[in-house]
Amino acid sequence: MTTNLEAQSRELNKLYEDLDATIDSDEIGLVEAKRLEAIYGASQWQLIWRKFIRNRTALVGGVIILIYYIAAIFAQFLAPYSLTERFVRYIHMPPQRVHFFNEGKFQPYVYDADLEVDENLRKHYTENKDVVIPITYFVHGETYKLIGLFETDVHLFGTEDGMVALLGTDRQGRDMFSRILYGAQVSLTIGLLGVLMSLTFGTILGVVSGYYGGWIDNLIQRLIELVRSFPSIPLWMALSAAVPDHWPPLRTYFVVTLILSVIGWTWLARQLRGKVLSIRNEDYVLAAKLAGASDARIIFRHLIPATFSHIIVVATLAMPSMILAETALSFLGLGLRPPITSWGVLLKEVQNLQSIGLYPWVFTPALAIVIAILAFNFLGDGLRDASDPYTL
Amino acid sequence: MNDSARSETQQQVLMEVRNLKKYFPIQRGFLRQVVGHVQAVDGVNFFIREGETLGLVGESGCGKTTTGRLILRAIEPTEGDVLYRCNGNLVNVMDIPKSELKAFRREMQIIFQDPFSSLNPRMTVFDIISEPLQIHGIADTVERKDRVRDLLEAVGLKAQHMNRYPYAFSGGQRQRIGIARALALRPRLIVADEPVSALDVSVQAQVINLLEDLQHEFGLTYLFIAHDLSVVEHISDRVAVMYLGKIVELAAADELYANPLHPYTEALLSAVPRTDPDEKSKRILLPGDIPSPANPPSGCKFHPRCRYAQDVCSVQVPEWRELKENHWSACHFAEELSLTGI
Repeated sequence: MTTNLEAQSRELNKLYEDLDATIDSDEIGLVEAKRLEAIYGASQWQLIWRKFIRNRTALVGGVIILIYYIAAIFAQFLAPYSLTERFVRYIHMPPQRVHFFNEGKFQPYVYDADLEVDENLRKHYTENKDVVIPITYFVHGETYKLIGLFETDVHLFGTEDGMVALLGTDRQGRDMFSRILYGAQVSLTIGLLGVLMSLTFGTILGVVSGYYGGWIDNLIQRLIELVRSFPSIPLWMALSAAVPDHWPPLRTYFVVTLILSVIGWTWLARQLRGKVLSIRNEDYVLAAKLAGASDARIIFRHLIPATFSHIIVVATLAMPSMILAETALSFLGLGLRPPITSWGVLLKEVQNLQSIGLYPWVFTPALAIVIAILAFNFLGDGLRDASDPYTL
Repeated sequence: MNDSARSETQQQVLMEVRNLKKYFPIQRGFLRQVVGHVQAVDGVNFFIREGETLGLVGESGCGKTTTGRLILRAIEPTEGDVLYRCNGNLVNVMDIPKSELKAFRREMQIIFQDPFSSLNPRMTVFDIISEPLQIHGIADTVERKDRVRDLLEAVGLKAQHMNRYPYAFSGGQRQRIGIARALALRPRLIVADEPVSALDVSVQAQVINLLEDLQHEFGLTYLFIAHDLSVVEHISDRVAVMYLGKIVELAAADELYANPLHPYTEALLSAVPRTDPDEKSKRILLPGDIPSPANPPSGCKFHPRCRYAQDVCSVQVPEWRELKENHWSACHFAEELSLTGI
């Protein structure tokens, strides 16, 4: 085994030397030399990227997440209706079928829906093929501020009259598609913010714990054990019970984020401590120390960069649990409350048997969650595999 | 040693190590009680003259690396002094306060054994070599580039390689980068901790020759740690042999190899491979394993494995004596035994 590895490394060295000789000789042109120099001069990030793009699943996950975040940023523009716009004529309407060709021309449209209530008071919507509602682009609807900056009333698509409900409507006749987009804004950013906060605590405490060792390490590790020994749901319940009802939505939102990261950081701190413990014994750290480097320099120049790829992976893999935790809290009525709309809040609103039996489309936020979480996991797995480019 | 001889050697002595000890505590249980000590370095005495190479040999685990690290103040000693001649004054390295240590770091540097773990894989060669300059605020960015170029050329690498990452280099080339980094601060003393042990034999010779050239060019003093006697013989002016935390013999290289005055040295020398196939060497096999430094034997630490051992050896710790001029040994019977060298 060892000899095999040795032979391999010798072969690699030989290859490098040959390449060296080729670069130095005048046989090849400057362009070729530059190309080879790019191979040797590739930084860690370039190597990670090269390995990452070869992983299809991870790439798909990454693209989905990118789409999710873009959709969340431009939710107001992409959603045809606002969060609260009601269509009393279309309560609990199932998703409408979109037709693309009208009389041989490309012109998406939906049919109007007629409501019938049967003897069990059950709603039945039927397509009224006489009334065609064309879907138009860049329609003027309710005014909003795009990314909180530009005031406008243009929406990507919509209808002149009637409504288009791609994913149906809820019990107040609100468009589910629009609501999911708005929910994404909260759910996706709460995950991001929660992870960021966990990262900050976790990185600082983990690196300090691993680098200094001794009683500092002991203290931090016992603290982590203490935090982790609390059952998480009762702890969250207690903390969110402490959030007053009369607080403005934004403040509640931040406090809930903080509550989520109270436990999240311990996991990262543990992982980074282990990583730092192994790196601080590397000779290059001692070399820096003997060159007179300060602790801060060693931590920021040598230790944290070495754990960086690890941090990113951990962050990506922590996103799903953050999103799920927010969903769970909101679903239990402990997290966010309307008027803030997250996916968890949307699911809480449909917490009844009727919805499952009669209006299954109101559960589409769950589908959005499942896709987001799968995508994050795929991306995280791919990043983990790519993050150590020095192993063949 | 008489007084006149002492003052004469003092003139050239760069560093003197006195009774240096390092005991690592062994901690057990929940309350981390100290149940014993690993006596990694147990009272070593030696000096290094300016411009010479002192070889330090011994089997793995005998404390040679720890000795090197203690001298550099990479770890704090349990006991002992390291006197260092600096601007005509003798400074006790162990007494330098932490705040003044940074300035002192410019005097001594280290070359590592492992060419892979000694270079940060996330930094370019330029960043690695210029880091010491950056830390000490020497030269501006443009000047640093020139310095790194000079250093790379001094160690036989091409200046245009400075933007590459360490993974693009072979073991020998990496070791050269490590040497360039050690030279960046223009130190006077370099602790070379088995600098060639991890390299192919052909590359070993190149690196040793490079170290010798650099010694002449920059006027360096080496503490050369190794476990390979033939490598040490080639580069060292004097050689110290270490066993279980103690130096058992110290002499000029050719003297030590020809006339060893300690049974352990004799056993080590008998294991050196000969180039002449007709020459029959009598390999002295040491019985048993090297004892644990946490629980070393009484008296002379070597006595359980020594074929000349007598009763006194297990009771009395042998004295560190200068038996001939510049030839020290710690053996009760150094005068009586006639040991064979090579």
